[in-house]
Amino acid sequence: MSRRPDWQWPLVWAIAAKEWRDRLRNRWVLAVAVVFGAFALLIAYFGGAQSGVVGLRSTAATVASLTSLAIYLVPLIALLLGFDAVVGERERGVLDLLLSLPVRRAELLVGKYLGLAAALAMATLIGFGAALVPLARGMDAAAVAIYLRFVGTALLLGLAFLSMAVLVSTVARDRTRATGAAIALWFGFVLVFDLTLLGVLVASAGHSASLWAPYALLLNPADVFRVINVFGADALRSSFGLGTLLAQGWNAPATLYGAMAAWIVAPLGLALWRFR
Amino acid sequence: MNAVVVELEGVVKRYGGTPVVHGVSLRCEPGETLGLAGHNGAGKSTLFKMMLGILRADEGHIHLFGEPLNGPRAREVRRAIGYLPENVALYDNLSGLETLRFFARLKSADPAACEGLLRRVGLEHAMRRAVREYSKGMRQRLGFAQALLGQPRLLLLDEPTNGLDPEAIHAFYGVLQELKQGGATIILSSHLLAEVQSRVDRLAIMAVGQLVAQGTVQALTAVAALPAQLRVMPREEARGRVGDALRAAGFEPMDRADGQLQAAVPASRRLAVLRVLDGLADALLDYALAEPTLEDVFLYHQRAAGAERRA
Repeated sequence: MSRRPDWQWPLVWAIAAKEWRDRLRNRWVLAVAVVFGAFALLIAYFGGAQSGVVGLRSTAATVASLTSLAIYLVPLIALLLGFDAVVGERERGVLDLLLSLPVRRAELLVGKYLGLAAALAMATLIGFGAALVPLARGMDAAAVAIYLRFVGTALLLGLAFLSMAVLVSTVARDRTRATGAAIALWFGFVLVFDLTLLGVLVASAGHSASLWAPYALLLNPADVFRVINVFGADALRSSFGLGTLLAQGWNAPATLYGAMAAWIVAPLGLALWRFR
Repeated sequence: MNAVVVELEGVVKRYGGTPVVHGVSLRCEPGETLGLAGHNGAGKSTLFKMMLGILRADEGHIHLFGEPLNGPRAREVRRAIGYLPENVALYDNLSGLETLRFFARLKSADPAACEGLLRRVGLEHAMRRAVREYSKGMRQRLGFAQALLGQPRLLLLDEPTNGLDPEAIHAFYGVLQELKQGGATIILSSHLLAEVQSRVDRLAIMAVGQLVAQGTVQALTAVAALPAQLRVMPREEARGRVGDALRAAGFEPMDRADGQLQAAVPASRRLAVLRVLDGLADALLDYALAEPTLEDVFLYHQRAAGAERRA
């Protein structure tokens, strides 16, 4: 795309800046940052309440709890952020105007994605980042690194779902359908996928499942995120019971981050192709 | 660039097999103002979108400034066009000035010109307010200012006076006149024919996806050769006498619900009817001779095209 001789980054930045400023101004960034920060702190302090403990626990345990929450929250917020990026503008009539301008369609879509991604990044980094300030007192450098990995991968998870949302937005005929598709994606990836996988594993009584099941997890960015953050922490593997599945090296960081990158790039690429 | 600014040749657009624009050919010379008239759903907006390359034509070809729309010089061509879509909702969270600067950047136009443009469309007092607070008319004026960015040589305005009050409409056509004097070519659509008839060089009438007639307003009126309509309000006691006199002169007066008599008057018989009225001065409370409006002319051409299709 960007190798086209007349690709104009200044136009892309203009569109990105407008989207970004829009989300700052309607306080979207602030609201999401507050939600992320509040949840991070709540979980850090009260996450162990079920086991009768209140107060800071080990970072690994905190990150594991945060991961479970982020798997629900981050995809939802990213989908909400992006699902009307294109179809919303189409319904308001402003898309026609944008398409009449000396801007390529790909420049428009990439600009929108980058602007929304910047807003999402800002909310994620500020929200979860601010929570680190009180938490960091009880952490050593390794713990901070684990926490930062969580924040970084939460952002990647968000970017993957934002990419899917933008794809939905270019395909959907109207906003209502886009909403439906976004909700379906959320249910599919966050709830149905794992249940189905678990069902298949149980039904096949584990036969041969250990060969393909780990790879199936790569087909869901939410699971990739979970694997990186939960199973990355050695101490926790056994407690989640899947430890035995994960010995083959398929969960090398390169594979996991590669899968995450693919989940960011592929839907956006498809959206670009669809939007031509 | 080429002498002809807009050239459409046999343009067809179908939605799911149904043609919404059906074989439209149209040319627009530099500096010309063309009015595109037609009822809602006649295909005017679709035609605009095809001219701009937003929609792809299924058949035929479109050249602007002698260039195809998605050719190597597409950006250059697009920079020379100002477009105002119908019913555009701009960004609520931005101010008028920010909105305009955003579009100026996308058009590679001078952002310093934005304040001047907002003054030109009468938004100087509201330029720093959020568009959310704008009235429909103010939004429309902001959209118009946007279309003027970068001194376009071709303006495509889809129902530009929608939502404007009479004063704003007057101001709008004032700006349009200045642009025309500056050499801009303008195509504007409207379903309000009375409004455009004195302000366009040429009129193209669309009905159900086809261009049913085009020409100067005078030429279209002449082709239609529609009669003027006479209306008289007789004194009650003289009603019979007035009717008889009109019938004697060869007119066919009819009673209207409001008590007036109405008769069609062909162009060749204008003076004749005035002579009859002169003789009835003591029997009349009031009279009016209404020229056929462009509305009538438009309906005539639309019906004629319909009859042709059925034949």
